[in-house]
Order: sequence, then C-alpha cells, then structure tokens
Amino acid sequence: MSAKPKFAMYWAASCGGCEIAVLNIHEKILDVDANFEVVFWPVAMDAKYKDVEQMEDKSILLTLFNGGIRNEENEYIAKLLREKSQILVAFGSCACEGCVPGLANLRDSRQIVQTAFNTVSTDNPKQVYPMTSYDVPEGEIHIPKIYPTLRTLDQVVDVDYYMPGCPPESHQIAAVIDLVIQVLQGKAQLPPKGSFIGVGNSTVCDECERRRNVKAIASFVRIQDRASELDPSLCLLEQGIPCNGPATRSGCRARCPSAGAQCIGCYGPAEGVTDYGARLMSAFASVIDSNSPEEIDRILDGLVDPAGQFYRFNLAGSLLRAGRSAWAKEKV
Amino acid sequence: MTQRITIDPITRLEGHGKIEIFLNAEGDVANTYFQIPELRGFESFCVGRPVEELPLLTNRICGVCPEAHHMAGAKAADAVYHVDPPRTAKNLRELLYSAFFVTDHTTHFYALAGPDFVMGPDAPVAERNILGVIHKVGLEIGGKVIQARKYGHAVIEMIGGRKIHPCTSIPGGLTKGTTEDQRKEILEMGKWAVEFGQFSLKLFNDIVLGNKTYVDLILGDIYTHRTYYMGMVDENNHVNFYDGKVRVVGPDGKEFVKYEPKDYAQHIAEHVEPWTYLKFPYLKGVGWKGFTDGKDSGIYCATPLSRLNAADGMATPLAQAEYERFYSTLGGKPVHQRLATHWARLIELLYAAERWVELASDPETSGPNFHAAPAEIPTEGVGIVEAPRGTLTHHYHTDERGVATKVNLIVGTTNNYAPISMSINKAARSLIQKGTVVTEPMLNMIEMAFRSYDPCFGCATHSLPGQMPLEVTIRNADGEIVEMLKRN
Repeated sequence: MSAKPKFAMYWAASCGGCEIAVLNIHEKILDVDANFEVVFWPVAMDAKYKDVEQMEDKSILLTLFNGGIRNEENEYIAKLLREKSQILVAFGSCACEGCVPGLANLRDSRQIVQTAFNTVSTDNPKQVYPMTSYDVPEGEIHIPKIYPTLRTLDQVVDVDYYMPGCPPESHQIAAVIDLVIQVLQGKAQLPPKGSFIGVGNSTVCDECERRRNVKAIASFVRIQDRASELDPSLCLLEQGIPCNGPATRSGCRARCPSAGAQCIGCYGPAEGVTDYGARLMSAFASVIDSNSPEEIDRILDGLVDPAGQFYRFNLAGSLLRAGRSAWAKEKV
Repeated sequence: MTQRITIDPITRLEGHGKIEIFLNAEGDVANTYFQIPELRGFESFCVGRPVEELPLLTNRICGVCPEAHHMAGAKAADAVYHVDPPRTAKNLRELLYSAFFVTDHTTHFYALAGPDFVMGPDAPVAERNILGVIHKVGLEIGGKVIQARKYGHAVIEMIGGRKIHPCTSIPGGLTKGTTEDQRKEILEMGKWAVEFGQFSLKLFNDIVLGNKTYVDLILGDIYTHRTYYMGMVDENNHVNFYDGKVRVVGPDGKEFVKYEPKDYAQHIAEHVEPWTYLKFPYLKGVGWKGFTDGKDSGIYCATPLSRLNAADGMATPLAQAEYERFYSTLGGKPVHQRLATHWARLIELLYAAERWVELASDPETSGPNFHAAPAEIPTEGVGIVEAPRGTLTHHYHTDERGVATKVNLIVGTTNNYAPISMSINKAARSLIQKGTVVTEPMLNMIEMAFRSYDPCFGCATHSLPGQMPLEVTIRNADGEIVEMLKRN
C-alpha cells in the first residue's frame, strides 16, 4: 500500500481543456506522481466509478473537479467525490461559474432538444429523441437525466477552494501544486476555506500592458471590421472593441488582449464583484462618450449580443443563473 | 436469464462513455450498446451570438482539440462573410494547426493508447497510464514526449494567443501577425518535431511491430471492419488537415465521392437512436442500414487510418516514405484493421511536423498582411478541417448583422460513433463466449476497440436534449421500431 496522499481529478460537463492544462505543467507532472497516489482520473487512468464508491470517506486528500453539473450523473459523482475527498477544488470556469456551456441556461430545454435533433443534416422523420430509460430487446438501458439548467459545483456540494479560468493557466496550476506539496511537507499552510487560488486579486486591465488613454468611445467596433488598423499598444475598449477586462479577475497575464483579441472574461468576476454582468455593464457605460439618451442608445446598439457579452462565462454562477423559461423549470 | 456487464466510465479517452454488454442464457454476447451519457447544447445556444465569437465559443466544445473547432469556426466565419484571408493568415493558421496535430497525436499515442502497448493490455490497472509508461520507457523518452508537447503548445500560444482555446482567428484572418524572430524560433522547434516524429515511428516499430503478439492482435479479425473511409485531400489527393475537399473511398479503396465543404449536407446525414445522446452520421448516397459494415452500409470512418485510406499519399517526403512502408507491410490499400490507426497516427504526426517546417520556412508567414476586412454582407458558410479524430464540419447561418441564426456541427468523433459501436460489439463477441470467465484485461481489450479511434466525446456531446417526453415504442420481431407513441 502506498503511503502517499491520494489525488483525483474528474470532469463533469466540460471540455477536457482543464485536463490538458494540467498535462501542460510538463515536467511538474512528475512531481504529482512523486508526491501523490493518483487514484481516479478517467482521462488518464483506468479506475472506474465502482472503485471510487469502495474508497473510505475522506480518503482522497485532493480532488480537482472540473465541469458544471448538467445531469444526474454529474451530480452523483460530485456528491460521491465530496464524500471521499478532504479538499474539493472547483477547478476551471465550468465548475466555478458555468462557463460557455452555461449559456444553454438561456434556452428552454425543449427548444434545445428540437434544435439538436432537427439540424440540416439530421435524419429524424419520426422525431426520435434520447430517452433516459429505454427497452432494447435484451433489457432496459439508461442514460442520465439532463437537468433544465447547468449548475456550478457549489450549487450542488460544499466546495473548499475555487480555481477559475478556461482553463486555469498552467503556470498557476504548477504554483498551486507546489503549494500543496509544501503544505504536505509542513512548510506552508492552506489558505482559508472558500479562497480563490491560482489567480490574482485585481482585474485583467491591471495586468494588461495596453495603454489607457481617454475613456471615451463613440461606437462599438466588431473586431473583423478593423483588426489590422487597431493600435497594438492602446486599450482595446477605448478603440471600441467590447473587451471584458474591466470586470474580469486577473491571473491570466492578459493573454487575449496581448494577442490583439478582446478579453472574453474566462477568469470570471474580479475580486469583490457580486454580479459579473452588472459590473461589466457599469464599466461599459462609464466609457460611453455621450450624455444624449438617443446617442447612447445608438452606441449600445453596437453590442449585438448583450446577454452573451455580459454573461459569456458567468451566467450559471450569476445572480440571474438562467433565462426565465429554463429557470422556471429548474425551480419546479 | 440475460446477464449484463457494464463498463463505466470508459477511460483514457476524452469525454464520457459507457458500455453495456448483454449475454444470453448460453453465456454468449447477445448485444452491446455503447452509450453516450451527456450533451451540452452548443447548436442551440450559439444562436444569437455574433459569428466572430463562434470560433471562441465552439472552442469550448473541446479543450483537447480546441484548435480544430477554432479553425473550422474561423473558416466557416470567413465563408459567412465571403472573405478570403491573405496568404500570411492562411500560413499562420495552418502552421498553428500543424503544431497542434503534432501535440495532439503525441498526447494520444503516449498518454491514451500507448499504455496498452507499452505496458501491455493486461498490465495492472494502476500501471496502465502515462506515468506507468514513463516509468517503463525511462525519463529520457518521457522527457522527449514532454518536450514535444511543450514545443507544440509554444507555437499554438505564439500564433493563437493562448495554449488552450486559441483566440486570434477571426473572419478574414487573424488579430495579430508573427514577428520574423518568432518565425525562426518556430522553424527550429519544427525541425526538432520532425526528428521526434521519426523517433516515435521507430519506437512503434521496435515495441509494437517487433512483438509478434501485438502484430497478431493488429492483423487479427477481432479489430477489423470493412467500411467507407473519409478524409480531406489537397488538389493532388494528398492528406491535408487544414484545407481542401473531402474525399470518401469505399471498402474496396475506390473513390466514392469527393465534395466541397459547402456541399456536405448533400452527402452526410445523421441517424438518431433513442438510447444515446449522440447521433450516427452516415453516407446519404448509400443509406443507413444499421450497425453493419460492407459496401451496402453507409457507415464510414474518419480517423488517421481513414485519412490515409482516403488519400493517394502524403504531401511531404518522409511521411510519404512511411506511408508506402505502412501499406506494403499491411498488404496494400485500404487497411481495415482498426488498431493500425495507431501507426497511421504516427505517420500523420511526422507529416504535420514536416508541414510545420515548410510553413515556418516561408518568409511570407511573418508578413504584415494578417487580415482582410470583410466587405460583403454575411449570409451562410461552411468550414471544414480535419480534427485529429476526424472530419470536422461547422455550418453557420447568420442574419445581415452577422449574428448566428442557425448552427450545425458534425464533430470529429461523431463521424465514428457507428464504427466504434461496431468495433466494441465485435471485440466483445470475439472475447466473451460461452463459459468465458470475464476478466478485467478482457474488458480493457474491449475498450482498446474504441481507443484506436482516439474518440473525443467531449466534442461529440455538443448538443443537448433536455427533459424527454414519455414515449412508448412498438417494435417488430426484428427489433426495428415500427411506431412510437409520445406524451409531451
């Protein structure tokens, strides 16, 4: 039997980018191997659900849980890993705040079904849809029930720490792993429960090297209309590009604005922000260069998708959580 | 009494999956069901979003191959705006994409599939993983694998802005160019990647082809299916990952169809089954005939092996030599043995590395014209690239502001859902018979049937049904659905 503390990583409704980000710590993955016994990590090893079910409660020291809670299987495993883990980390944007898959919360689930199973290439004249229980000739088979909305991990179980990002940057994952190893060696202490780890405590704007000049814009700009004419050293928002930097938590080293693209907000709300979308609306409003209501309306029309702009990553974790139709079903 | 064996979750792949195996009263396999238990709904919630954001949102379908969604999305968005990016932008996108293929194929070969070969299919569960591989092959080789992924991601970040979920491709090109110094740095890393590709093929040669047990496993009937094969080709019918036409060959190796991306819906349709959240694409020109192979069944496969089968060769010299050795060793084209996909993947890795060097050698790659502003009113567009796991199709309709009104995605692994299901069924039938004591290594060998496809169900489960209506299904004696009654 290994005396090393046990480590697990799991994905619920997510894309796998978090797992790749962990692999991208490169040589440091060997430190994980040297300091932990990896007991469950479906992308990388062959332990099954039944193996986890048989573990003693709290026998896993550290579980990195990524993905939102989209269906009953996700919820079951979240609860199972909560029971088995001493430290449960909501790892990545999906677990922390719902991420892009959380945008599905703007839709009624029936509408989503109809869209997916009636696309231009789908052959479905009898309107067959997936069913959670189905009788095949040999017996009954099941797939998990999908919930009306995607929920964040802490809307389902108690969470010890949050590590946002889509995905978290590998240099920060490496730093967190170093910290945990130091804790194991008695050289450091864990931060208070509920802390955000592997992030900064300010905004992407504070990390961005672009110069801020005059906060006044007369119209919003679509990036494809002006990409090669943009000033590479000037704040994108001040050039009219709707950049989410002002409301977004720091920690990524402003990767997207540095590459000429808008911050899309994947690190979630900055420290102290209650509702990401509300803060961003306030930030955008403050740079509009007009006092005329008509002119302001015209400028705001340049934001072609306000719901997506303000809640691209954060809808499920926001005060709103969902559009009206999906939210009504979730509350039934 | 029917017995049931459940493998849940299936492991060492991207995403979720579950296998149900039913045994009959005699103890033989009655049937298998390969179920996909989740869906997320991208085709629905991408509607209403600006088309320039779709390469960023669809990125989040898959974080293992976000580059593929980013590129297919960007190409579809180019087509929506009827804009042709300048050569520098195309070079940079394909250069990023080549580095991505090297990285992704490395991850699959060494971390996901490799343990079955390096450690052996019946190695202890706790050792059958990448850490086990590193322990066995040594830190020197492990270090090369880490280095290959590091260089690949360095290029992806330089051109794409981020290591995972690139952000720079927009309609008409890119948000930024690349400096001359960066181009030279990328070129040096590419040269190393070519050597790594050759090294990986030699390793495969020594460990797998040099082991008779493995060769018998590859060539045996258990992992063999005769289907159609799909892959994108250039004007010379050579494999191309970034651009070209989609070519499909029959089980006999002859061309069945070659189509422009915009015409995909004339050739591909998706079949629905009620016991899974994933659809089954097939060739419309042949039709859906159930889970069966051969020329009369429209099931096709889109994998590294398929791409080699669907093409006449590779566009770079070292990969072409390996391509010829592949077919001469395995008895000519097409190769139907699914485990040979691992070998085909390494030939593709070498091609991608050579292409990386070619593109990084072109001075135009660091040129100043990285974007062409769209001038036409946006309408509709299709973008196709080869994802490592198969042909990836993004199809967007927009309103006149360029806001999506309809989105259709046929994702790499989705193409292979039917063949994977068939491979699992055949492996189960071959391994489990009356009186067999079912062991863990045996179940792992059933999982090896899907692992050769490098499936990515994170990608495949982009669409989301919600709560299902109650349904009653009436079947005929053959188990076919004749009527469905519904209560909404």
